[in-house]
Amino acid sequence: MTPIKATNLTKRYGRTTAVSDLSFEVAAGRVTGFLGPNGAGKSTTMRMILGLDRPTSGSVLVGGVPYGKLRHPLRKVGAVLDARAVHGGRSAHNHLLAIAQSNGLPRERVGQVLELVGLEKVAGRRIGGFSLGMAQRLGIAAALLGDPEILLFDEPVNGLDPDGILWIRTLMRKLAAEGRAVFVSSHLMSEMAQTADHLVVIGKGRLIADTSVAEFIARSSQGYVRVRSPHLAEVYALLGAGDLHHDHLRVTGMTPLEIGTLTARAGLELEELTSVQPTLEAAYMELTKDSLEYSA
Amino acid sequence: MIDIFRSEWTKLRSVRSTVWTLAVTGVILVGIAVLRSITVVNQGAPGGLNGLDVALAGMPFALLVLASTGVLVISGEYRTGMIHTSLQAVPQRLRLLSGKAVVFTAVSLAYTLLIAFAAFFLTQVLLRDTPVAVSLGDPGVLRALVGAALLLTASGLFGLALGALIRHTAGAVVAVIAMTMVAPQLSTLLPGRASDFVTLNAGRRVMDLVHTPGTLGPWQGYAVYLGWIAVTMAVAAVLLQRRDA
Repeated sequence: MTPIKATNLTKRYGRTTAVSDLSFEVAAGRVTGFLGPNGAGKSTTMRMILGLDRPTSGSVLVGGVPYGKLRHPLRKVGAVLDARAVHGGRSAHNHLLAIAQSNGLPRERVGQVLELVGLEKVAGRRIGGFSLGMAQRLGIAAALLGDPEILLFDEPVNGLDPDGILWIRTLMRKLAAEGRAVFVSSHLMSEMAQTADHLVVIGKGRLIADTSVAEFIARSSQGYVRVRSPHLAEVYALLGAGDLHHDHLRVTGMTPLEIGTLTARAGLELEELTSVQPTLEAAYMELTKDSLEYSA
Repeated sequence: MIDIFRSEWTKLRSVRSTVWTLAVTGVILVGIAVLRSITVVNQGAPGGLNGLDVALAGMPFALLVLASTGVLVISGEYRTGMIHTSLQAVPQRLRLLSGKAVVFTAVSLAYTLLIAFAAFFLTQVLLRDTPVAVSLGDPGVLRALVGAALLLTASGLFGLALGALIRHTAGAVVAVIAMTMVAPQLSTLLPGRASDFVTLNAGRRVMDLVHTPGTLGPWQGYAVYLGWIAVTMAVAAVLLQRRDA
C-alpha cells in the first residue's frame, strides 16, 4: 500500500483556495521533501493527511485508508505539526503517557522514546519550561511512540540551532533507511538538498514538481562553465558562445574539456575554468516564481 | 474505549488547572457550610431555614467553579493546540469527546458526593444543639444530598459541552454564567411557567426537601436540566465532527 496518496486534493477557506487539485504519492524507504514558499499550502495539506482539516474535494489516504478510519493511528503514522502545541503544565512523561494510552501502547514506550530523543533527564519537568529545541524533540518522541511506518514533519528545523538541525537531519535519514516513509515540509530548498531523496514542490496550492532531487536540478535550469582569462575578449571570439560578464565568461553547451582544448590550441591562457552546477535554491526560486505568474 | 478513558484520566490528573479548580470546589462547598453553621449557632437561624440549606449554602459558587473545570477540560486543549495531538491519536472525534465526558463525569460524581456528604456531616455536628439540626434519615435529605452531587456533576458536564462548542476558555465561562446564572433570573419575565424549565430553575428542584405542588418534581426538574445539557452536547458534537480542528 502506498504510504501516502493524495488525489485531486483541494481545500478552500471561503474564497481563498489553499490547496488546489493536488495529487502526489509518498513512497516508503526515502525522505520526501514537501517544498514550497510560506503560504503555499504545505501545512494545510499535512493537516488534511492527518484528518484535522477536511478536504473540500479530493482525498488523501494513508496506507490505503483515510486517516479517520485508523483505530490506533499512532501505530501507523507519527507526525509533528507544531512542537509548541502541547499543554505547558504537563510533564514530558505525562504528556507522552496520555498519548501512548490513547493508542493502547505500553507504558515502557514512554521511557524508550524519551531516551531516543535525549530527554530522559527532563521527563518529570513541565513542558512549558522547554526550549524550542527540547519541544521539537518531545514532538518527535510523541511521533515515534507507536513505531510508525509513516512519519510527517512540518518545518521541523524552524528555529533550531545547528546541533538540533543536524540531529533532525540524521534522524530523518535513519528513519528512511529503516524503510519508513518520511514526508517533511520546508520552505528552505537548501535544507531539502541535505536530506531529501525526492521532492514534491508546490506553489500557491498547486503541484509544480514531483521528482527526484537530481532530476529537479537538471530539469529546472542549466549549469554553465565559468571562464576567466586575461584575454577574455579573444576567448569569447574563439568559442563563439557564452555570455560575457564584466570579468568572466559564462558558457553553456560546452564542457570544460572542450573549452580547455580549444583555448590551449589557440595559445590563450586561462585563469579559471569552473563547471558551475545550478543550486537547488536557484532552481527552486525559478520554479516557484513561474508558478506565481501562472496562477496569478 | 478503555484506552481513551485511561488517556483522559492521565490528562485530567496531570495539569494543575483541573486539579486546583476541583480542590477549590470542595473548599467552597465545605467552607461555606461550616461558616454558615457557625453563624447559625452564634446568631440563631432565620425563619424558614433548615439544616440542609445550611449544608448546601455554597452550591451556587461551587457549581460555577465546577462548570469552569468542565470548560477547562476541553478548552485547555484548544488554547494550547493539544487538541491537534489528541485528534491525531483519536481521529474518531466523537470517541474523543465521549471519552472526555465519561472520565470527567465519573471523577466529578465521586468527588462531589464526597464533598456534599462532608459538608453535610460537618453541618450536622455543628448544628446538633440548634432548632435546625438535621439528620440523614429526615425525609428527602439523602435524595437532596445525592441530588446536589448530581447537580454539580451535570453542571460540570454543561461546562464541558459549552467548552467544546465555543472552544475558548473565557467565552465558554461567560456562556456558563449566562446559562446557569443569568438565564434563570431573566426567564422569570417570561409568561406562565416557562421560567421553571430554564436550566438551573429546573435542575435545583433535585435539592428540594419538600415538593411544592404545581412545580417540577425533584427528578423531573433534574431531567429537564439534563435535557439542556444533552442538547448543548449534541450541538457541540455535530460541530466537532464538521469543523476543521
